[in-house]
Amino acid sequence: MEPFRRHQGRMVPLDRANVDTDQIIPKQFLKRIERSGFGPFLFYDWRRNDPDFVLERPEYQGASVLLTGPNFGCGSSREHAPWSLQDAGFKAVIAPSFADIFRTNCLKIGLLPVQLPESSVRRLMELAQEDPALPVTVDLQARTVSAAGFSEPFAMDDFARECLLNGWDDVGLTLRHADAISAYEQHRAAWLPRVPTP
Amino acid sequence: MARTLAQKIWDNHVVRSAPGEPDLLFVDLHLVHEVTSPQAFEALRLAGRRVRRPDLTVATMDHNTPTRGGRQAADDVSGKQMDALEENCRRAGVRLYGMGSRHQGIVHVIGPELGLTQPGLVIVCGDSHTSTHGAFGALAFGIGSSEVEHVLATQCLPQGRPHDLAVTIEGELPLGVVAKDVVLGLVSRVGISGGQGSAVEYRGSTIRALSMEGRMTICNMSIEWGARVGMVAPDDTTFAYLEGRPHAPRGADWEHAIEAWRGLASEENAPFHQEIRLDAASLEPCVTWGTNPGQAVPVGDRVPEPADENQERALRYMALRPGTAMEDIAIDRVFIGSCTNARLEDLRAAAAVIQGRRVHRSVQALVVPGSTQVKLAAEAEGLDRVFQDAGFEWRDAGCSMCLGMNPDILQPGERCASTSNRNFEGRQGAGGRTHLLSPPMAAAAALTGHLVDVRSLL
Repeated sequence: MEPFRRHQGRMVPLDRANVDTDQIIPKQFLKRIERSGFGPFLFYDWRRNDPDFVLERPEYQGASVLLTGPNFGCGSSREHAPWSLQDAGFKAVIAPSFADIFRTNCLKIGLLPVQLPESSVRRLMELAQEDPALPVTVDLQARTVSAAGFSEPFAMDDFARECLLNGWDDVGLTLRHADAISAYEQHRAAWLPRVPTP
Repeated sequence: MARTLAQKIWDNHVVRSAPGEPDLLFVDLHLVHEVTSPQAFEALRLAGRRVRRPDLTVATMDHNTPTRGGRQAADDVSGKQMDALEENCRRAGVRLYGMGSRHQGIVHVIGPELGLTQPGLVIVCGDSHTSTHGAFGALAFGIGSSEVEHVLATQCLPQGRPHDLAVTIEGELPLGVVAKDVVLGLVSRVGISGGQGSAVEYRGSTIRALSMEGRMTICNMSIEWGARVGMVAPDDTTFAYLEGRPHAPRGADWEHAIEAWRGLASEENAPFHQEIRLDAASLEPCVTWGTNPGQAVPVGDRVPEPADENQERALRYMALRPGTAMEDIAIDRVFIGSCTNARLEDLRAAAAVIQGRRVHRSVQALVVPGSTQVKLAAEAEGLDRVFQDAGFEWRDAGCSMCLGMNPDILQPGERCASTSNRNFEGRQGAGGRTHLLSPPMAAAAALTGHLVDVRSLL
């Protein structure tokens, strides 16, 4: 994964709560076996059915930081949701809370999920509405979000942060503990289910 | 210190623990399906890595499989996804129950059916409804494709510990109230993010009295209120379900297993971060009115006044006016299926309502058994005849109209009474409108052509 250290870009305010992964990317686009190319299908139905949909407005084209409501990414575990956001140019999502699986999926691919209090997200949305060209800086090194007089720290556990800052392959990290895994395997009960193939 | 069920299973699976890092957990069973695995297998290949434990990995096809006409009926892209799974499993030596196999079915239905889902295991799958397996006292959770890759390569996952949350439900369920009503009632009370970060344990006399099928329905929808896992301590009901299943331990192993499983229950004083209590007597047959599973009311109620912009939006999407009696809502389609409600007990419960009656002329109704085994068992006891004589279509197993990746979808504007788990916008087809309910309630809606209290038909 690409390391994430610090990103500066424009914001787009998607002022809705509980945006589920079926909205982020509808099921008909989950049939592809590739990992890339999902950007055009991001929020497919909302973009198609609502001419005033915020991501379609000219002033927000090129935005790379998504501002949204609580419980973003609830529902299905489809990693296609963060893939589509990333493929559409987003580097970070700022929300009052995230669904657990979605948040983990973001961390695995280097799309930064930033949790801020609801009032702070609201303030950023106002700033983005007043001036769509206003840049925001998301600094993972310093764990802060700042924009035009707005500056706020966010929480991110040290381990996740290290992985993102360095762009570490976490499968590789786990494989460094292959001996511990083998040792664990030696002590598993023999009656536990196994499905060997012939 | 006294520990909970979830804590005990967690502790039993820690491969490595280091300060400031998530625990590395061993995975006992990795279930795989065609939609979320191709990118994981591909990434593994690109990195020159192998599947570490093919013997702890089991695959099936369920999400995009056609429910009639066999494999040939699949569109080209779906077909390619199924081909990819076949090829990936062949290369890695992973057991695949593909289309045509008598064990094919929805991944969360076949795990328990085969006896692979057992108490005390850590089970993962690239699907959010993996929480279903928690009904057996397993720590089971959904993961994304990067994590699928991680498990394929290492048979482990780095995970932060969840909070422990107890849901205690006491008392006897009123007549006509089933497991689906319990979980819809719960989600409508706690909200769809109330379980975030939690390992939920469902307990109390109401849960104890439920069958394994009922417990699976409740654990299945744990994700609908944001919980990471939902589980029930194993007991005699669990053991009776498991005994004799293809992968359940046998002979002396069975005795060892039972002994280990009995020790899993949460201890008397085990600390939970939070407890939610529910009185079974307060529950009624439930149905959703909006676009998330928490927007549910008792079927005798009316469409509520919207409390905020999100609810207004939901009502607009659902084309409903506040104050309308739920029972006055006419429906076009009925779907009995999904990992929530397509096991044999669910089909029996729906068939009992339908027996000798006819589907309303304005309704198109569909039964999609959760697995090929469920289908065969239902046919052996004549349930297929009950459904077909009433005017239902009787299909092959799969996820089908729960998420509409196969040809079974709603048309824009169509309204469906569905036993599935999500009523999100467009979930069952772009522009489609979904009302979630139990199998008996879905059966009743099919007969009358509108949402209706099943108790009026009993």
